[in-house]
Amino acid sequence: MPKLIKGVGCPYCGSSCDDIEVLVSDDETKVLEVHNACIIGTNLFHHANDPTRPRLPRKRQPDGSMKEIPYEDAIDYMAKTMLAAKKPLIYGFGSTNCEGMSAIGRIAEKSGAVLDNCATICHGPSFLAIFDNGYPSCTLGEAKNRADVVVFWGCNPMHAHPRHTSRYSIFPRGYFTQKGQMQRTVLCIDPRETDTAKLADHHLMLDQGHDYELFNAFRTVLRGHDIPDVVAGIPKETIKKSAEIMKNAKFCMIFFGMGCTHTDGRNHNIDHAISLTRDLNDHTKCSIMAMRGHYNIAGPGQVWAWQFGFPYCIDLSKGTHAHMNPGETSSVDLAMRDEVDCFVNIGADAGAHFPIQPVQHLKKHPFIVIDPNFNMASEISDLHIPVRIAGVDEPGVVYRMDNVPIQFKAVLKGLPGVPSDEELFDRVYERMCELTNTKPIWLAAKEDRRYPESEAVS
Amino acid sequence: MATVTLKPTKVPELIFEGYSITPDAFAGKTAAQIAALPGHEGKFVLKLGEFFTVSGNGGETAADTDIVIDGDCSRVKYIGSKMTAGSVTVNGNADMYVGGWMKGGKIHIKGNVDSFCGIQMEGGELLVDGDAKNHVGCAYRGDWRGMKGGTIRIKGSAGNDIGTAMLGGTIIIEKDVFIHVSTHAEGGTVIIKGDVEGRVGGQMVKGDMYVLGKIKFMLPGYKKIGTVEKEVDGAKYTFDHYIGDLGERHGKSKGQYVYANLYLKAAA
Amino acid sequence: MSSGELIVKGGFVIDPTRKINGDVGDIAIKDGKIVEKVSSSAKVIDAKGKVVMAGGVDVHSHVAGPKVNAGRLMRPEDKLRAGVCRSGMAQKNGFRMESGFSIPSVFRTGYEYARMGYSFVMEAAMPPLLAPHTHEEIHDTPIIDEAALPVFANNWFVMEYLRQGEVENTAAYIAWLLKVTKGYGVKLVNPGGTAAWAWGLNCLSINDPVPYFELTPADIIKGLIQANEYLGLPHSIHIHQNNLGNPGNYPETLASLKLAEGVKAKNKFGRETVMHSTHLQFHSYGGEGWKDFCSKSREIMDYINKQKNITFDLGCVTLDETTTMTADGPFEHHLHGLNHLKWTNVDVELETAAGVVPYIYDKDVLPNAIQWATGLELALFAKDMDRAFITTDHPNAGPFTRYPRVIKWLMSKKAREATLATMKNTDRVINATYIHGIDRELSLYDIAQMTRSGPAKCLGLARTYGGLAPGMNGDVSVFDLNYKDMPKDAEKIEAAFQRAACFIKDGEIVVKDGEVVSHGHKKTVWVKVKMPENPQVTRDVSQAFHRGTYTVDISNYPVREYLAPHQSIIDVNVEA
Ligand code: SF4
Ligand SMILES: [Zn+2]
Repeated sequence: MPKLIKGVGCPYCGSSCDDIEVLVSDDETKVLEVHNACIIGTNLFHHANDPTRPRLPRKRQPDGSMKEIPYEDAIDYMAKTMLAAKKPLIYGFGSTNCEGMSAIGRIAEKSGAVLDNCATICHGPSFLAIFDNGYPSCTLGEAKNRADVVVFWGCNPMHAHPRHTSRYSIFPRGYFTQKGQMQRTVLCIDPRETDTAKLADHHLMLDQGHDYELFNAFRTVLRGHDIPDVVAGIPKETIKKSAEIMKNAKFCMIFFGMGCTHTDGRNHNIDHAISLTRDLNDHTKCSIMAMRGHYNIAGPGQVWAWQFGFPYCIDLSKGTHAHMNPGETSSVDLAMRDEVDCFVNIGADAGAHFPIQPVQHLKKHPFIVIDPNFNMASEISDLHIPVRIAGVDEPGVVYRMDNVPIQFKAVLKGLPGVPSDEELFDRVYERMCELTNTKPIWLAAKEDRRYPESEAVS
Repeated sequence: MATVTLKPTKVPELIFEGYSITPDAFAGKTAAQIAALPGHEGKFVLKLGEFFTVSGNGGETAADTDIVIDGDCSRVKYIGSKMTAGSVTVNGNADMYVGGWMKGGKIHIKGNVDSFCGIQMEGGELLVDGDAKNHVGCAYRGDWRGMKGGTIRIKGSAGNDIGTAMLGGTIIIEKDVFIHVSTHAEGGTVIIKGDVEGRVGGQMVKGDMYVLGKIKFMLPGYKKIGTVEKEVDGAKYTFDHYIGDLGERHGKSKGQYVYANLYLKAAA
Repeated sequence: MSSGELIVKGGFVIDPTRKINGDVGDIAIKDGKIVEKVSSSAKVIDAKGKVVMAGGVDVHSHVAGPKVNAGRLMRPEDKLRAGVCRSGMAQKNGFRMESGFSIPSVFRTGYEYARMGYSFVMEAAMPPLLAPHTHEEIHDTPIIDEAALPVFANNWFVMEYLRQGEVENTAAYIAWLLKVTKGYGVKLVNPGGTAAWAWGLNCLSINDPVPYFELTPADIIKGLIQANEYLGLPHSIHIHQNNLGNPGNYPETLASLKLAEGVKAKNKFGRETVMHSTHLQFHSYGGEGWKDFCSKSREIMDYINKQKNITFDLGCVTLDETTTMTADGPFEHHLHGLNHLKWTNVDVELETAAGVVPYIYDKDVLPNAIQWATGLELALFAKDMDRAFITTDHPNAGPFTRYPRVIKWLMSKKAREATLATMKNTDRVINATYIHGIDRELSLYDIAQMTRSGPAKCLGLARTYGGLAPGMNGDVSVFDLNYKDMPKDAEKIEAAFQRAACFIKDGEIVVKDGEVVSHGHKKTVWVKVKMPENPQVTRDVSQAFHRGTYTVDISNYPVREYLAPHQSIIDVNVEA
């Protein structure tokens, strides 16, 4: 009898929908049907059925080919390589659970590595802005239950977060927003006419790269000052009217995306958006939220903040304290400046997502990939270690884009012999301790340590 | 006065963190002791002597110690950081954090510098003959207390984020700047002799900016209130006087709002 | 837990639970518990000439969870300020890396508490929806036992039930929520005010109506006291009152304290109190505004000294640059308007909110200096030290690592006067406070009550924590202080409490000479109420999920077992 598993989390985009229902085969090895998810999410679950998923590590041979090796050998190689490196870079975590992110901390400390995650190439600027200006935000349920004005700035959820608008932001009927979309005024601020823009009540099509000026204009009119007739390509009257809409909202919700973080001045765009949010709170209630891309890309920011005090770009090479300064300790900068001599790519495809030059720099040194699947990085690597897929055959905690922790379930049994990220990292760490003749440091006594489960027992 | 000369002998494979290269660390030490001072390359602690030959002993105090580096330091960070007195001269380029958190003394880099030069500087002089990358005289991430004092002069051009969260002191960029000048600043003076792309004085509470070239995109939060003649870095010009950022909060003095000032050289 | 035998020999034992005050004696430990005797093969810890106390118990500290982490995340400069690393000492023996000053990383949190000889810490505010986060952090915090208080006073279910006066339903909801969040007790933060903040409003008085819910903060407080005693939970309600931090708030504080009058504690844990008023310092102010801002500590303590069913903690200002963080969302918004520093806010659907703002308590800024005095005065005016606990509302009024400094000020008038003398406005501080006129110096016995026996009793933990009687946890701290010959220099008192000479937790030496030597066996403590199922509450809760008022699935809401690896569960049975 196939089993229907409910309340399953989707390990794809930052919406982290956890209302998915998955029908799996009797022996829990195959996904048969997926309900409630969008197309991307559905495909992701079906993809887990792929019979060609790697089951053993593969190591590059002198002749350039890849050869399967046992896990012990891969673990030994990874431990030795990282210990020998002057400064390894560990990057990724777009598809890892928090347990894995916590476990990597020990390896990073032990090897004096730099610990970084995908935020470094997507929402890193948002972190910089949060450092400088804070983050007046809320959970998505607040937006759903209360927001009567919703602003999408430089983001296009209709494409990047397909169910965001139906679960949280535009369409749903919330507690104080029983009329759903009818009750919400939607503003879209985007240089392109995206599908989200088409849905919006007002689309401000600003000049590409001039978000900062437009935020400045909003803030200036909110303080009762005049502004030039046109700012960033938007007429003064439109700016004034939009400011009034936000100011007169009962609850104004601003979502921003890569359109803000990936134009000039990056972090300052977000910083200014946060200032606008602060200002609006003198008139009404206003919250702001980053449209984080991956289902658990908020996770490393949380886990590493509680472990090391920083969300990303964490240089642990000093051994005594962590140091962070994006622009210096960020993956791409480190690669471009040849500041690292070993690369470990975990659950994100640096091969596909980094520009070509940093990859070429990184390729001068040992290049290790840990990923459930084959990807561009794994194919240029010196060592590829497969792991289970968090949210599919490995449960665990993930942080949704609003930093709500969601305890994801597993729907399938893991491939035999393939460890989870956490198990793999624990083994690499133990090997490092053996090699350095040191005692491993487990926080809870080892007999108390437990790996994730799908359901609460009690 | 004592001069210690360092001659680079080896380019670090990664980057050498030369946080020991300050008059304060060199003072009271012999050349041999200086060569034994630590620095990091990745996780390994190495000695200055592995990358430089050292000649000359340090002076008694930082104030009477002059350091001359005869060669390129493109891969040496933290030169002169946190120094309180004395001088450092580099006959070449220098990497990040030159003069970071410095409190006094003089640094002269005859080539270019990378980012974060003069970060959170409190006093002293930092002179760069070439160009600077980004974050000149800026604050450390998250800190609202940027540069507090001293002078930074970049004879070439600079990238973005000049004087972020600045509270005092002076930054002079003799050529062009890309974007973000005095963002979040609450004091201090920035003088740009070339052109700026834009975002001059955004979210700025207080302080002065002078631009002798052009600003391609003015912020809407700046308003022209008149024309004034002012002396800047030894020369007199006529400026259009703007105040702002009108979108930002401002304190009051004697019942009047105090704004940041932007002096933009008037068209001839 | 360690199975070995240990004996702490020849120290000056201070144990208020048994009225022992400085008698020289031995403390024997076996199998992680204190025992009468051990065999001669027991490992000996020489405590001669040193003070021996139970492990410390912190009743209120923000150490784990979403807002604490929001603070860590938003403040790189808490790690590196003016180019100086603020992450404290690194362990010589290569333990986990430590980080952060006012909001230390989980590793530093566990290590620093252990170095100060603390064995139990209560995380003071856990948003239920985000409970897995709190437990993940507790999971990663070494050594110390921890529990967390879920917040209830702005929770939609609670307000719905209490609007109708339904105490039993409220109690059933509390029981359910404690179970699914692995929580410890009932925390109230700005009752009703935080709910109002969801619309950008606040309730500054306990009689202000809560928008939409049509009840008052007073109704919420009274109702939750009743529900708490109905259940007979180990801890009383734990309240952060309305109108925190504002000049002239003390009458409001008194008004809410009075709501406990006449209520008797009902529980099986030896708790005699029904209300814990937290960080009282922030609620003890007079004046109409900041100009005539002053301390009303005496007025508050005159009441509390008489009112036997109330406990409180100080919330002492330590004069540091720190980070404020509270579920009092509107307060943090107000604060960032005063100091203009960065502001983080986290409103949590149906449940609560939180705000975070950095803050510099500057001894030369008059209100800050008055706050400093107010916190200390509360302790110095207190008559029953078993009802007055030392906290800094970490990190709100200062980091917990400053407890030793607070102890120094409390134990030494000279130290207080020395600090007072360095202030820019000494005379004005003296005029606006009582501190200069107080000669009292607390004793080590008082300190042991305030940091051990008192908080343990108020938390209903008196059987296991806070004392050295046989049968209790084998948690023993040894401080390098000679009871018979206390140092003239108060700085030495601070130093001794900062780094315990030795700290034994559950029978295992975890700190030696101020340095962590083992990660011990930390526990997550929570309260499990067994009571008959309440169909209405079950229905209400499941509807909130199924109708999508919550945006997560109900099956993913309860904290999973594996997140709390070593649980110590306190059972409460409520008869049908
Ligand atoms: S919106 Fe995102 S999280 Fe939800 S089902 Fe689609 S891909 Fe998965
Ligand atoms: Zn508190």
